[in-house]
Amino acid sequence: MLHNLFIGELAERLTKRQISSVELTRHFLSRIERLNPGLNAFITLTPKQALQEAAAADARLAAGEKGPLLGIPLIHKDIFCTDGVKTSCGSRMLDNFVAPYDATVVARLKGAGAVMLGKSNMDEFAMGSSNETSYYGPVKNPWDTTKVPGGSSGGSAAATAARLAPFATGTDTGGSIRQPAALTGVTGFKPTYGRVSRYGMIAFASSLDQAGVFTRSAGDAAAVLQVMAGFDARDSTSVDAPVPDYSKALGAPLKGLKIGLLREFFEGLEPRNAALIEDALTIYTGLGAETREVSLPHLPLSVPTYYVVAPAECSSNLSRFDGVRFGYRCKDPKDLMDLYKRSRGEGFGAEVKRRIMTGTYVLSAGYFDAYYLKAQKARRMITDDFRAAFEKVDLVIGPTTPTPAFDIGAKVNDPVLMYLNDIYTIGANLAGLPGISIPCGFVDSLPMGLQLVGPHFAEAKLLNAAHQYQQATDWHRHAPRGYE
Amino acid sequence: MMSNWEVVIGLEIHAQLATKSKIFSGSPTAYGAPPNTQADLVDLGFPGVLPVLNQRAVQMAVKFGLAIDAAVARRSVFARKNYFYPDLPKGYQISQYELPIVARGSLKVMLDDGAVKTIGITRAHLEEDAGKSLHEGLANATGIDLNRAGTPLLEIVSEPDMRSAKEAVAYMKKIHTLVRYLEICDGNMQEGSFRCDANVSVRPKGQEKFGTRAEIKNLNSFRFVEKAIQYEVARQVEIIEGGGKVVQETRLYDSDKDETRSMRSKEEANDYRYFPDPDLLPVEIDEPFIAAVRATLPELPDQKAARFAKDFALSAYDAGVLSASRELGAYFEAVIAGVGAGHAKLAANWVMGELSSALNRDNVDIQNSKVDPAQLTGLLHRIVDETISGKIAKEVFEAMWSEGKPADAIIEAKGLRQITDSGAIEGVIDAVIAANPKQLADYRSGKDKLFGFFVGQVMKATGGKANPAQLNELLKTKLGGGGNA
Repeated sequence: MLHNLFIGELAERLTKRQISSVELTRHFLSRIERLNPGLNAFITLTPKQALQEAAAADARLAAGEKGPLLGIPLIHKDIFCTDGVKTSCGSRMLDNFVAPYDATVVARLKGAGAVMLGKSNMDEFAMGSSNETSYYGPVKNPWDTTKVPGGSSGGSAAATAARLAPFATGTDTGGSIRQPAALTGVTGFKPTYGRVSRYGMIAFASSLDQAGVFTRSAGDAAAVLQVMAGFDARDSTSVDAPVPDYSKALGAPLKGLKIGLLREFFEGLEPRNAALIEDALTIYTGLGAETREVSLPHLPLSVPTYYVVAPAECSSNLSRFDGVRFGYRCKDPKDLMDLYKRSRGEGFGAEVKRRIMTGTYVLSAGYFDAYYLKAQKARRMITDDFRAAFEKVDLVIGPTTPTPAFDIGAKVNDPVLMYLNDIYTIGANLAGLPGISIPCGFVDSLPMGLQLVGPHFAEAKLLNAAHQYQQATDWHRHAPRGYE
Repeated sequence: MMSNWEVVIGLEIHAQLATKSKIFSGSPTAYGAPPNTQADLVDLGFPGVLPVLNQRAVQMAVKFGLAIDAAVARRSVFARKNYFYPDLPKGYQISQYELPIVARGSLKVMLDDGAVKTIGITRAHLEEDAGKSLHEGLANATGIDLNRAGTPLLEIVSEPDMRSAKEAVAYMKKIHTLVRYLEICDGNMQEGSFRCDANVSVRPKGQEKFGTRAEIKNLNSFRFVEKAIQYEVARQVEIIEGGGKVVQETRLYDSDKDETRSMRSKEEANDYRYFPDPDLLPVEIDEPFIAAVRATLPELPDQKAARFAKDFALSAYDAGVLSASRELGAYFEAVIAGVGAGHAKLAANWVMGELSSALNRDNVDIQNSKVDPAQLTGLLHRIVDETISGKIAKEVFEAMWSEGKPADAIIEAKGLRQITDSGAIEGVIDAVIAANPKQLADYRSGKDKLFGFFVGQVMKATGGKANPAQLNELLKTKLGGGGNA
């Protein structure tokens, strides 16, 4: 079936005119119509625009143009501004917000001829690990609809797993791509901080946010990253470095690749999870890689560090949502204070408010040194740990999450328990490193993810390592029942 | 009373940098456009947008730093100053906090008595301006104009080195001169391009510890700075002498009532929760960058004044006045080029006297002067060659100003050429003496002052055209004894 094909296969059929982009788009739109009601993976669907874009892509194809994403449908996480299309960020605050411009990621993919099917559901302002904080209701995990898909990019992950699009964009601030990718059995890739422009991506924690992609294979991720990556003059933190040919790098043999096993990741790991990682290591050693243990002594500080840095930045980033210029405004404000208090009080959900309050607190006079500054120091130490590790190994490997997908509602009232979900993913964000989660087996019939993290700008190496694993295994080909 | 108190003043001057576009967006900075027509998505703080630093603003800040002999930071950091206000779209202002781009400079300021005082400059940092709230013509509503939001500002913070309102004004004027010399700010105070906050406190003379200060916000004229400080000093002294305590607070100056009013106390002050802006990289400045900026530095006001004083043998005061703006200095030098350095004092007197008062009277900039340097030179030539007297020259100047013609044309047309023919002057003197026998007798009997009467009569008879030196000489001879003029 068309929806089980990988991007490269679809591109080939499009180029050979065996199918048209319009046909492909219709196929996915009808799957969405049929399957999404059980998942709630979308906030907005754009079928009309999609068919127009598909027709335009067909015209380009007919004119002989080729492109790895030309005519390929996709879904954008609703955190990316899309010109003329509602961009809610999963919040009541922006339920009425139609973005007047395209994010750089959106513009690049549009330019490459990818066809947007709609905007995916997400945790409110990307704050959450289960997609339960969305104003638009939780997303269900296609492997078991009583389970969460992970978050914050839960809609993109669930939609990719359910084959509602060949790929979907996401953002990863503390694991928001890798964790839901792991929990829904897809490939989730977060590039190096600065590799992909943040312009037009609604900020949660600016020093941690990074755009990435959900696909069903590392090869597909390479094709999408190729288009997304690159310097953007409108984002001062985007890095002006050449973008290598990621797809070309996929062939390299892994002989001699040094893989680091993070001691801190394996301590106390649930045995069935540990067994999957052991299996993966066996595959890798079979491919010629060498493994050795490495330690990141400050990694245990990553969760508390993250939950100071991210709220601090979000408390400031979300100040612009004040009911004055755009977004939600309370009814009949009696004065300015009332306008602020009620617009924000009514427009934001509980988790967002919790983080704004935490962030305001840690930046306050008298607490700044004890929290914010200390967290910055811890962040530097964690970064230094990674740097030291990458002097010994090419990349590090471990689980993406401690457990498979959990029940909807199970952790929603215990923020600390929820936050611990990100224990393996946060380190890469704090250090700005690229990371990828790929399916590596099942626990309780639910998918689990294997995480690879590499040095800054080692995307090609990381994608190739993931690709080689997927050449040797078929975990990434498993589809949830009912979505095959 | 006042004499027992010492006044301590520090100024925070906001100079709007003369960049074409805003500090973090591509919107233009031109003043006076219809509301919200010069604000793009970045200025409006839309979701997802990001700031990109305008390199011209960095160059201008560095230029200022070099001009005040300050330390230019090789690495400075933008920070967010967080507070809610409708004209602050992002809910934070991007500023510099812990690591400003310019630190530790100083400026020499000439006081009224001619003494020179060095004022320390603690720091100067880059930041963005906020928008404006509009109330006029809006019933039960406040309008927001974000044209100004994101306009680059250089905030120049002085040490608490000033000891009187006059010193504060002298310092502010000097900064005003400097930023205009450097062409980094247009200095337009009506439009708010140059304004300041004044920190004012008083302490008993001889006490080392500073008194509690009040900050007077947003003073946009030299006169207001002086009056606001004077009012504030008197207010604080009165409180303390009445047994009270000055509270640390922010105050506003009301120029209509000439008083300062409390705006908010220290307790009500915002906790701005400064932290480094994660959207902007630290500003790294290397030696070649600094060298390139240094190469664009013009001759600075103090350097120009020193050169004027030395090359043209002018007093420090005259040299200071003539170098107070680049344009004035250029005008003066153009005149000197015409009349020669030997007549510098004459040129200085004319530029500082007749020309300046005509410019002030008609509120015209020197660049748009109705008498250009070449025309003034033409007039001065006629004084130097004694075609006309200084007094007649003033009349000629007025005609030049209103008619826009060269000096020679006016002298000819009005027949103002000086009478230097001794015979002719003598003839007039004789006639005057003959017509005033009583005054002659009085003069000869010792009423010296009547010498002036005769000068006046001769001048009247010649239409002011008699050469004054010749007239004096001849008159003295004719009148004989008694007079010693």
